[in-house]
Amino acid sequence: MPSNKSVSEEPITQFVNCRILKDHQLQREDLWVREGKILNPEKLFFDEEGYADHQVDCESKILAPGFIDVQINGGYGVDFSQGCDVRGGVALVSKRLLEHGVTSFCPTLVTSPPHIYHKVLPEMEVHDGGAEGAGVLGVHLEGPFISREKRGAHPEHCLRSFQQGSLTDLLEVYGSLDNVSIVTLAPELPGSPTVIQELVKMGVTVSLGHSVADLSQAEQAVQQGATFITHLFNAMLPFHHRDPGIVGLLTSDQLPPNCTVFYGMIADGIHTNPAALRIAHRAHPSGLVLVTDAITAMGLPPGHHTLGQQHIQIDGLHAYVAGTNTLCGSIATMDMCVRHFRKASGCSVEAALEAASLHPAQLLGISQHKGTLDYGSDADFVLLDDSLHVKATYIGGEEVWRK
Amino acid sequence: MKLIILDDYDKASEWAAKYIRNRIIQFNPGPERFFTLGLPTGGTPLGCYKKLIEYFKNGEISFKYIKTFNMDEYVGIPRDHPESYHSFMWNNFFKHIDIRAENAHILDGNAADLQVECDAFEEKIRAAGGIQLFVGGIGPDGHIAFNEPGSSLSSRTRVKTLALDTILANARFFDGDLSKVPTMALTVGVGTVMDAREVMILITGAHKAFALYKAIEEGINHMWTVSAFQQHPQTLFVCDEDATLELRVKTVKYFKGMMHVHNELVKPLTPVQKGNAKVVEMSEKPYSD
Repeated sequence: MPSNKSVSEEPITQFVNCRILKDHQLQREDLWVREGKILNPEKLFFDEEGYADHQVDCESKILAPGFIDVQINGGYGVDFSQGCDVRGGVALVSKRLLEHGVTSFCPTLVTSPPHIYHKVLPEMEVHDGGAEGAGVLGVHLEGPFISREKRGAHPEHCLRSFQQGSLTDLLEVYGSLDNVSIVTLAPELPGSPTVIQELVKMGVTVSLGHSVADLSQAEQAVQQGATFITHLFNAMLPFHHRDPGIVGLLTSDQLPPNCTVFYGMIADGIHTNPAALRIAHRAHPSGLVLVTDAITAMGLPPGHHTLGQQHIQIDGLHAYVAGTNTLCGSIATMDMCVRHFRKASGCSVEAALEAASLHPAQLLGISQHKGTLDYGSDADFVLLDDSLHVKATYIGGEEVWRK
Repeated sequence: MKLIILDDYDKASEWAAKYIRNRIIQFNPGPERFFTLGLPTGGTPLGCYKKLIEYFKNGEISFKYIKTFNMDEYVGIPRDHPESYHSFMWNNFFKHIDIRAENAHILDGNAADLQVECDAFEEKIRAAGGIQLFVGGIGPDGHIAFNEPGSSLSSRTRVKTLALDTILANARFFDGDLSKVPTMALTVGVGTVMDAREVMILITGAHKAFALYKAIEEGINHMWTVSAFQQHPQTLFVCDEDATLELRVKTVKYFKGMMHVHNELVKPLTPVQKGNAKVVEMSEKPYSD
């Protein structure tokens, strides 16, 4: 008998025998899915007199919202900022991210010359995930409107300032902002308040990073609408008690009411000392967003690799410029970051999982349909064992990866 | 009447659940032969529901061919309000078992015409062939379902105005705000429950002791509506020690002395008994007083 004709004839799947992360708690509940969305079974029962067509036994595993990585530069030999075979590169990374529980992400471009943006951005369309890979939520543009002093590995000759102090500057460099979800900029650059306001008006999330801004400049940027801090502690002024700099935003009392500032954390145990991770987490737990900031070498086996012009030596979670002790970026995967974060911070399983799902979704303003298991949300989720190793990944209620 | 006295709440809950389990197995329900069960809400039956869920998960029983009829529901609170009896039944029982929604009947307290809804409920019970086993709880004032003191002992399903005591007692579930507490409910009548083939009343806790005394040791009285079941041919009261505190020693001793007999009713059924179940007709009484 086809179920629930009154509302939909699509089949209903009931995931049973699981602990689902809902309302900030792991609960022994079933999860019901129809047409790729999470269904309210009570409404189904009483309003539609419906029932599940299939049951999937989750073998007592944790069922949590799929991870969202808002800062990832590439992986598996792909560098999104290279500009060659963009679609193929994104497709490869999307596919491989599934095994790490990532169901959607923001491919990130480091500071690049304008022709790269003009070529790459139109080819990185926002799209839903599926069997072919994790969904693309929009590009994260990290630079080129950043501080010369705190540029890190970004190429100096490509850096820009706001010449006209408006969107025109951005459009000149980027070409279009159609596929863009986050822009990282340095708020101390002259003209940035107007630019921040205009970006926010367009629905683009503004992140502060690669910056020498003091706290009052950072607070002003938040008042203009900035809501994110790019890899906290990295590429910004170190915390000082008389001027805490951007880090001070975590406990600032000069923020607009009901405004949550989120901050990205590379919790790989290398790029942020566990003590610093704990300081940030304890000061502002609800704003912590786990990011991988992964580079080309993520997902490659240990040993020597040649990536474009670069020679890289991978040793455990360290990626060095070959023959030196210079770290050349993060190669930790999102599931590793979740595990490390939990261990280093001593936080609950729930908090660790939400830092990789709920918080990034809230940051991007998409928590109505991603990052939670609330009724009506997209059925993007992961099955994990108690040590938080990913066992299976689902997008739109369909299994897209299984160990 | 049978009075089943167990040591504590958990044992009473388990006994009741086993009794229901055995009745279902003996009835041998199927697509052409639904078992009909009347069900209560509230704190008392929770333990019994937990056990029934356990028996379902063990594969001992299925609810696929069972029709349930709930005793009552508030008027005027949304169906998905956490204190509605729809929510209670969903969260504490239905979502854990394999019952089909079309077989789970709960009065709709938001129906356009409440009396029509009540009449339709009676009709649904009739159409299902009556209720095989009605499980109920009682209030400290001896009310069964929302048949508050003074309700007619031959009442049918209808709209009831709640007693002030009940409203005050319920305020804790509605943020302590009296204005949010429903003042009316739809409830099956005493007569509706009396029509069931068997009735099982769960009574636990010292605060229900006086009601149990009124129910079984004094006369039938509409001020203690549960006392009406003295006239029912097949009634069980399942209680814990605390609930017997107001009873005579003689009463308690008599029924405790019968426990070895009554415990036979909840023993796991042998395959032969299960096989025989097929020939048990709805009118037959496998056990009697």
